[in-house]
Amino acid sequence: MARIELRDVAKRYGSVEVLRNIDLEIQDGEFIVLVGPSGCGKSTLLRMVAGLEPISSGEFLIDGERMNDVRPRDRDIAMVFQSYALYPHMDVARNMGFSMEIRKDPVAERKSKVAQAARTLGLTNLTDRLPKALSGGQRQRVAMGRAIIRDPRAFLFDEPLSNLDAALRVEMRLEIARLHQQLSATMIYVTHDQVEALTLADRIVVLNGGDIQQVGSPLELYERPANKFVAQFIGSPTMNVVPVVGTETGVTAGNGTEIKLQDELRTAQAKELGVRPEHIDVVDNGTGDLSAVADVVEHLGSDTNIYVNVEGIGSMMVRKHGNIPVKPGERLGLRIQTENAHLFAKDGTALRRVA
Amino acid sequence: MSATQNRHPAMVLGKYAALAFYLIFALFPLYWLLKIGLTPDELIYSEGTRLFPSEVTFSNFTTVIFQTDFVAYFRNSLVVSLGAAFFTTLFAAGAGYAFSRFVFKGKRIVIAIMLVTQMFPLLMIIAPIYKIVAELGLLNSLISLIVVYTAFNIPFATFLMQSFFDGIPKDLEDAAMMDGCSRFQALCKVVFPLTLPGLGATLGFVFTAAWSELLFALMLISKNDAMTFPVGLLTFVSKFSVDWGQMMAAGVLALIPSCLFFIFIQRYLVQGLTSGAVKG
Repeated sequence: MARIELRDVAKRYGSVEVLRNIDLEIQDGEFIVLVGPSGCGKSTLLRMVAGLEPISSGEFLIDGERMNDVRPRDRDIAMVFQSYALYPHMDVARNMGFSMEIRKDPVAERKSKVAQAARTLGLTNLTDRLPKALSGGQRQRVAMGRAIIRDPRAFLFDEPLSNLDAALRVEMRLEIARLHQQLSATMIYVTHDQVEALTLADRIVVLNGGDIQQVGSPLELYERPANKFVAQFIGSPTMNVVPVVGTETGVTAGNGTEIKLQDELRTAQAKELGVRPEHIDVVDNGTGDLSAVADVVEHLGSDTNIYVNVEGIGSMMVRKHGNIPVKPGERLGLRIQTENAHLFAKDGTALRRVA
Repeated sequence: MSATQNRHPAMVLGKYAALAFYLIFALFPLYWLLKIGLTPDELIYSEGTRLFPSEVTFSNFTTVIFQTDFVAYFRNSLVVSLGAAFFTTLFAAGAGYAFSRFVFKGKRIVIAIMLVTQMFPLLMIIAPIYKIVAELGLLNSLISLIVVYTAFNIPFATFLMQSFFDGIPKDLEDAAMMDGCSRFQALCKVVFPLTLPGLGATLGFVFTAAWSELLFALMLISKNDAMTFPVGLLTFVSKFSVDWGQMMAAGVLALIPSCLFFIFIQRYLVQGLTSGAVKG
């Protein structure tokens, strides 16, 4: 198992810098999720750890040993690809045992390890099949089997679930979580799906435009996002952000409504107010902080999503637990749970309240 | 699928009639080749246009095999064609892999130059090629033909191979390298087996091209013992007569290796040409 360190790592293609100032320390056995929108550099970062992309500058260490120029085969890291990348001309058993075949491990040992991995992943009856005769979920399992069989120092996952349908994705997500508990191995997992990130990660690294935006536990990112980007990227449905002007007592929204805030939140620097949909209460029309008109109401059974129009501010979303009897077109009052509100400065940085 | 089953019988008939017509049209010259090869010499002019000869003989074949230099021509052609096919495929596979996988300076220029070589009619370069080969002292040698055929076929074969490599996901090589392979091992153990259709298609393409090439063979080879088959075929044409029966018999025999070769690689070829078409 391994401790992985990235020190001021950058990646450039010619004059284009796709990753910069990446500083990250991953503890032994930690499950790290790299998350961000497409094109943010998360897959590139993973491939640099794998050794499939050269590191332009900075240092990459495994257990304190510099690995920048070590070939992928000598890094002892296993990777699960988005496309599964199973060898089409080899059956399941050979696919899984390929790394041992290359290392020229004894055949008997290879066979027993393949059989063991196949058992763990429920593939025992499929070992003599070719990948093309497998379903998406089975292929995914084979890809994972290929990784675990080697007992590597670390596992890398590159959006491993994005080719699966929704139900299977949940199932495989659980399986990966279980695998992590069983092996307690260092894992780096890339995804653009924040639900995967929140459910699997010990710590999440949010990337955008080649920069690390924030590193922290799922709850930390949810409760104390470092900036507007993280605030809106983490949490579903997305946080409502409305332009405001900071005043002595709180903030003033675009339509002139004043929202009073706790002392520690008051600042003249505030340019935007962020409130998660679940932190807005629906109250009688005429009371609360804002008055709104319900636009679309979604009843999900466990929750109710209400899309509202607030005059002079625009549309916002409110999510309440349970079934809320609101009809489209109805006038409502909204009360913001100011203790859970966030303020952002002009450049998007969160104006921190004392936690 | 059900649509085809519900078709009107006349449509089905028409479809088969069209296919039959096409087959007859395409195969008729081959039939004629075989027919004349089997017709005894004395009947060739008297019943030359009859669909079936009144008498059949294998004497043309035995004469060609045992009394002419045909076997030597045949062997020469085999050496040249296999040699050209092997070397072309080898180089084209290497170049195609590089074009498909690597980013390097001058890649576009090399590709452009390779395209340019395909733009000139061969007649234009016959004289320079002759001069080069003569100065190297390679006239009348099979090596000269192998080199020339290889050189001429490499550009097209390279593009063909490139499209096959493009069709193999890069992830597979990455996965192989993560699994402990060097790049070369990944190439041998993962990419190569998946490129077999492409290699088959390229081999077949170059083999047939070299097998039937006349222009350069005629120009670079004048000695009888180094003649390839197409040149040898011309020896059946003398100043005063054409030995049709033997010529056709030789032609039939010459088809055999091509047919065998294609039967052998057909499975890969069909797979290969289609996959290449989709990806390319």
